[in-house]
Amino acid sequence: MTGPTLRIQDLRLGFKTWSGMVDVLHGISLHIGKGERVALVGESGSGKSVTARIVLGMLQSMKSARISGRLSFEGIDLEKLKARDRHQLRGTRMSMIFQDPTSSLNPVYPIFTQFREVLLRANPTITEPEARLKAISALADVAINEPERVLDSYAFQLSGGMNQRVMIAMALVNNPSLLLADEPGTALDVTVQAQTLKLMSDLVEQHGTSVLFISHNLGVVREFADRVYVIYKGNIVEQATTDQLFANPQHPYTRALLKAVPRITGGGIPDIPESTSGFLDPLIAHAGASEKELLS
Amino acid sequence: MPAIVRLLAKRLATSLIVLIGVSILIFAIARVIPGDPARIALGPNATAAAVAALREKLHLNDGFLTQYGYFVADLFRGDLGISLYTNRPVTRDIAEFLPATLELIFVSGIMMVALGLPLGVISARYRGTWIDHVIRLVTLLGVSAPGFVWAVILMLLFAYYIQLFPIAGRLSDGLGFQPITGFLLFDTLVSGNVKAFGDALWHVILPAFALALSGIGQAARLVRANMVETYTKPYIEMAEAYGFAASRIANRYAFRPSLIPSLTIIGLDFAAMLGSAFLVESVYAWPGLSKYGVAVILRKDLNAIVGTVLIISAMFLIVNILVDLMVSVVNPRIRLSERPS
Amino acid sequence: MKKTLLILTRNPLSLLGLFLVTVIVLAALLADFITPFPEHVGAVVDFANFNQPPHWPNIFGTDLVGRDLFTRIVYAYRISLILAAVVLIIAVPIGVAIGLAAGYLGGWTEYVLMRITDIFLSIPPLVLAMSIMGLLEPTLTNGMIAVTAMWWPWYTRLVYSITRSEREEGYVLAAEVIGASKLHIMFREILPNCVPSIVTKMTLDFGFVILIASSLSFLGLGVQPPTPDLGSMVADGAKYLPDSWWLTVFPGLAILFAVFGFNLIGDALREILGGDA
Repeated sequence: MTGPTLRIQDLRLGFKTWSGMVDVLHGISLHIGKGERVALVGESGSGKSVTARIVLGMLQSMKSARISGRLSFEGIDLEKLKARDRHQLRGTRMSMIFQDPTSSLNPVYPIFTQFREVLLRANPTITEPEARLKAISALADVAINEPERVLDSYAFQLSGGMNQRVMIAMALVNNPSLLLADEPGTALDVTVQAQTLKLMSDLVEQHGTSVLFISHNLGVVREFADRVYVIYKGNIVEQATTDQLFANPQHPYTRALLKAVPRITGGGIPDIPESTSGFLDPLIAHAGASEKELLS
Repeated sequence: MPAIVRLLAKRLATSLIVLIGVSILIFAIARVIPGDPARIALGPNATAAAVAALREKLHLNDGFLTQYGYFVADLFRGDLGISLYTNRPVTRDIAEFLPATLELIFVSGIMMVALGLPLGVISARYRGTWIDHVIRLVTLLGVSAPGFVWAVILMLLFAYYIQLFPIAGRLSDGLGFQPITGFLLFDTLVSGNVKAFGDALWHVILPAFALALSGIGQAARLVRANMVETYTKPYIEMAEAYGFAASRIANRYAFRPSLIPSLTIIGLDFAAMLGSAFLVESVYAWPGLSKYGVAVILRKDLNAIVGTVLIISAMFLIVNILVDLMVSVVNPRIRLSERPS
Repeated sequence: MKKTLLILTRNPLSLLGLFLVTVIVLAALLADFITPFPEHVGAVVDFANFNQPPHWPNIFGTDLVGRDLFTRIVYAYRISLILAAVVLIIAVPIGVAIGLAAGYLGGWTEYVLMRITDIFLSIPPLVLAMSIMGLLEPTLTNGMIAVTAMWWPWYTRLVYSITRSEREEGYVLAAEVIGASKLHIMFREILPNCVPSIVTKMTLDFGFVILIASSLSFLGLGVQPPTPDLGSMVADGAKYLPDSWWLTVFPGLAILFAVFGFNLIGDALREILGGDA
């Protein structure tokens, strides 16, 4: 398979409301190579979360959403796919992990029920004993000591860190090519977050999974990502390799982001003063890190 | 002690207190009203002596507490007094009429759950579409009319104009069936009399449906509201992100968490049918508690009134307890609160 | 307030509800002017014209003594609306006050008040009203008393649960620290937070009071003839099904539309105000 795992070109998103059209994404472009870890960084409301959902195909069913642009996954143009085929990709070739692990797991069913459902996505004929074995081995991969007990537990009985590891296990059990991580661990204790991120990092390395890592937390991004795209109000404003970005941030918004102090509440989202001039400056791509350069 | 048993014990205790309160309340109201029950029972032509004698017999001249004392003592012996209307023990009256009402409510309850829940799920799953709008309109209509209005409309439509169902009663004449417990559906099955079973079923469907319409509407609306709320939860978004089939999400992963907050209210609605059953029974000449209940109320038949209200309230409370039990079974958080996490 | 009205008028369903309710209220208010035979409300008989199916000028037909059904239905609406208004005006303040007290004051007050509330709530609504009505003379006033007596606990329970959760909120603690009186905290701090739920419930209850009241009179426990009442009209006419169908169908539909209208508005209000009725 040649070409990037994920390629987004000029993606635009607007919502039709009764007071007019609200534009959220103004034409963003990014790509992720095989095995690459790419971070999409921005404040809340910048459009980073909806981008991930568009890739999965989850926003397309909203009646008020207007989406345009090209999306290709492993060389396949997603917009040209039949709805059913596109739906088949979810949970099998691309999966997602969410911000708050405990509330992302169904509270009234034990973990195994959900795990099995995920396994059924890739293999509709899998039997229950087979599924159990696979689940146990997946949980062992994320360093869970008593996988049997965890499988029979409910999400509210397990700690946040444990649930996070369960989520990572579920996301990777079908060996997807692309993992979308939406602010993973933001709801967790900082030390637990660090542990689970390391775990995630090792696992995606093992499996060769490409990762789109969405975050507002630059410290984490620095640890984890190979390349970074900075997004502001629906526009990509800067893109570079991680080292380049942190060594020499050029766009005014990126600079402000790096200087900002994280808020104590609200998930630690940085407290940036309202748009100073220069935030809407056009895209700055660091040397060797532009789309054109990387994809030719 | 497991959490469920503790819960049950606590609820039983509270219910008992409440039931005692109910008895005092009804007793008090009954004693406060104008009009002399003894005179009403004996009629305007009775002699003053006869009335006085009856009053003495019924302890009507004693103080409130004394009267209540007699009442409680009798209650423990299973004696609810004599009804001035039928001149029989109230317990016998209730035993005769209650099964018919209970059977009606039982069938109604099944309809309420079997129709109301799926309607709510479908409505939530297809929210915003025409399916949703139609269901919402229909359920709202169901809730908006008292049982007797639906009873009349259904009777007109399906018993008169389109003669699909019988007009009144529980069983056709001429079948010569002897009831055992008074629960006809049960009795006929147990006796192996399939024809009578079919006949009893045929008779109960229309009144039960008229009674159930309000409950169906409420259950559907409640389930819909809770499911719509559940659909906004993160774990449903995750299910969608993993590509679980929409029907699976609707019927399993969104439904059960929504059922939990709905169950208590559905239970209340079901129990409230105990009251509305009176209305439907009148229209369909259903030989249940309603005719008796209304008659004794109009005649200020104190014993019968107190007895009837007490029994109905007791059943109401029992249903509520059963519903709470069900909730704790379905909701793992309550069921497992004994285990450490 | 203006925003609420605006949203109410945009939604087709709530618009329908508003329309129905407005028609009914206007009809009730203008009953004297819009009905063809206002005297038929009283004890009038017209045997020449009795039991007629709908025709001009009796657009809903006539009843068994020759009275115009349309006129009687409109006047019955007036009585129902007044009854509902009176019941709510009395029941709501009582229920709300008890709920606030039980929720905020806690301790024995809470226990006793809520047990009393439970007692009232553990008798199925209709049965309680029936019992009270049965033990009093069936008149309009007594009907109002009976329904009020069974209605207040629902508001108590509603306000109680809101108060319980608001009790721990910052603004309550702040008021306590400043030394505000308990009465002030209950009525000026906590109560405003209950208002959306109360308003939604009141709107819905307008319809439900009409429903319960009509059920009572259906059973013969409501107003007495010759006063027109929707429930008793259905009861009287039920004996003559299916031939004189108009005797039951029109009053029945009248009940349905009234309750339906209030439900539509109440539903829309619930979505807007976010109350938890």
